[in-house]
Amino acid sequence: MTPQLTASFLRLLSGARATWIGCEPESRQRVYFANHTSNLDGPVLWASLPLAVRQLTRPVGARDYWTANRLRRFFAEQVFNAVLIERKAPTARDNPIEDMLTAIGDMHSLILFPEGTRGSGPDPQPFKSGLYHLAKKRPEIELVPVLLDNMNRVLPKGELLPVPIISSVTFGSPIRLESSERRDDFLTRAREAVISMRQQ
Amino acid sequence: MNLDAELMWLVGGVLSLLMLSSLIGWGLSRRKLSDSGRKTVDNLNARMRGWWMMTAVFGVAMATGGAGSVLLFCLTSFLALREFITLTPTHLGDHRTLFWAFFFVTPFQYYLLWVQWYGLFAVFIPVYVFLLLPMRSAAAGQTEHFLERTAKIQWGLMICVFCTSHAPAILMLLDIPGYAGQNGKLLFFFVMICELSDVLQYCFGKTLGKHPVAPTVSPGKTWEGLIGGVLATVAIGSALWWATPFNPWQAAGLCVAITLSGFGGGLVMSAIKRDRGVKDWGQAIEGHGGVLDRIDSLCFAAPMFFHLTRYYFTV
Repeated sequence: MTPQLTASFLRLLSGARATWIGCEPESRQRVYFANHTSNLDGPVLWASLPLAVRQLTRPVGARDYWTANRLRRFFAEQVFNAVLIERKAPTARDNPIEDMLTAIGDMHSLILFPEGTRGSGPDPQPFKSGLYHLAKKRPEIELVPVLLDNMNRVLPKGELLPVPIISSVTFGSPIRLESSERRDDFLTRAREAVISMRQQ
Repeated sequence: MNLDAELMWLVGGVLSLLMLSSLIGWGLSRRKLSDSGRKTVDNLNARMRGWWMMTAVFGVAMATGGAGSVLLFCLTSFLALREFITLTPTHLGDHRTLFWAFFFVTPFQYYLLWVQWYGLFAVFIPVYVFLLLPMRSAAAGQTEHFLERTAKIQWGLMICVFCTSHAPAILMLLDIPGYAGQNGKLLFFFVMICELSDVLQYCFGKTLGKHPVAPTVSPGKTWEGLIGGVLATVAIGSALWWATPFNPWQAAGLCVAITLSGFGGGLVMSAIKRDRGVKDWGQAIEGHGGVLDRIDSLCFAAPMFFHLTRYYFTV
């Protein structure tokens, strides 16, 4: 009940309209990767998915942020079913990639922000390598670029209270890691896939 | 609200008109059509579904009396302002100013309506908000395009909140001798004339339209549509004088004011959309675009109608 209500509320607040231009909303295993400008990005992207897809899709979030207080912990664990990863000091035992692979299993999809932290400029920052490692370990999973627009106007970095600007969520054509593609080329291509949707 | 016989006639008339148009739309959709004809008919039917939905919402709000109407228009203002600000390139430094505009200014304007405090209702946004909001923006410290940003936010509030709130003000703030307790009917009359004028201008424009009034702004608005729409609406409006506190001539005059200011409003809002490079303000209402696309003419007509009525017909 709470997840559905939260999703409805998030859609109402952000006015988020999901536009699927490159693929259809299906419950196959995917990694949705998007640009990151607001703390509401993950929740809004998650809320914009159709119910059947949403129930199988888990946002990836920073453990330090989502466990900072009981309210955030409640939302991360009980509502979004988030995958919390260590971004400050990853160790062999606390490896974000392993955590994500375990979380995906054989039925779930992920929402990932490869920039790592929220940016404040118009263009996304360079992508970190997590997406590449996921693609390498699980080549059959579709990687869907997602463009979030206006989210930084709803809740900019450093602000506590949101303003109800209408935002949009655009899903592009899935990409895959090519067999001989180098890490940096792949990450640049993935970033371009997100940016290119803005010009359309 | 008073459910008197006259109001029932108005409501019945609107419902019959909706049913008739839906039947025509259904008939058209069964005919073989060219691709562009199919598109027009599909859009017409989507618009009809939108009209049913809006009529139902407005009907429920009216039936609950003052509270429902004030709440409905407050929500309408909020959604319209949201569409306006979304298409207006505001700065991150405006964030907190916008928060105040959405969550304090908008509800407070309607609160003033609810407590029937006319004096403050009439000056709150044009005077106090006009002076106070830029102070908040200036305090945020970002000076880039300051005057532009401030002007755009104020303009959005004037149109979406201040002007729109004059429609329910017909219900809450007019004390017309010999018409006590019947203001709901006058609000219904006003909204009906506004929307009818839009629809008739659209119909005359689609069938007879040749000469655009302002081709660079809105090629769809033609002299034929304007003249046909205004004449037809004024004829219908003055024939409904019995539901208003006006005589037929006065009703005709007020309908001219509503239709012409409504047309001008549509033109102004089209100019802004064209400048921003969009066709519609949003996608909130099926077939109609955004909330602001539907109420653009009402925004401009409401203060005119309210003040003309207040000046000439109240004590």
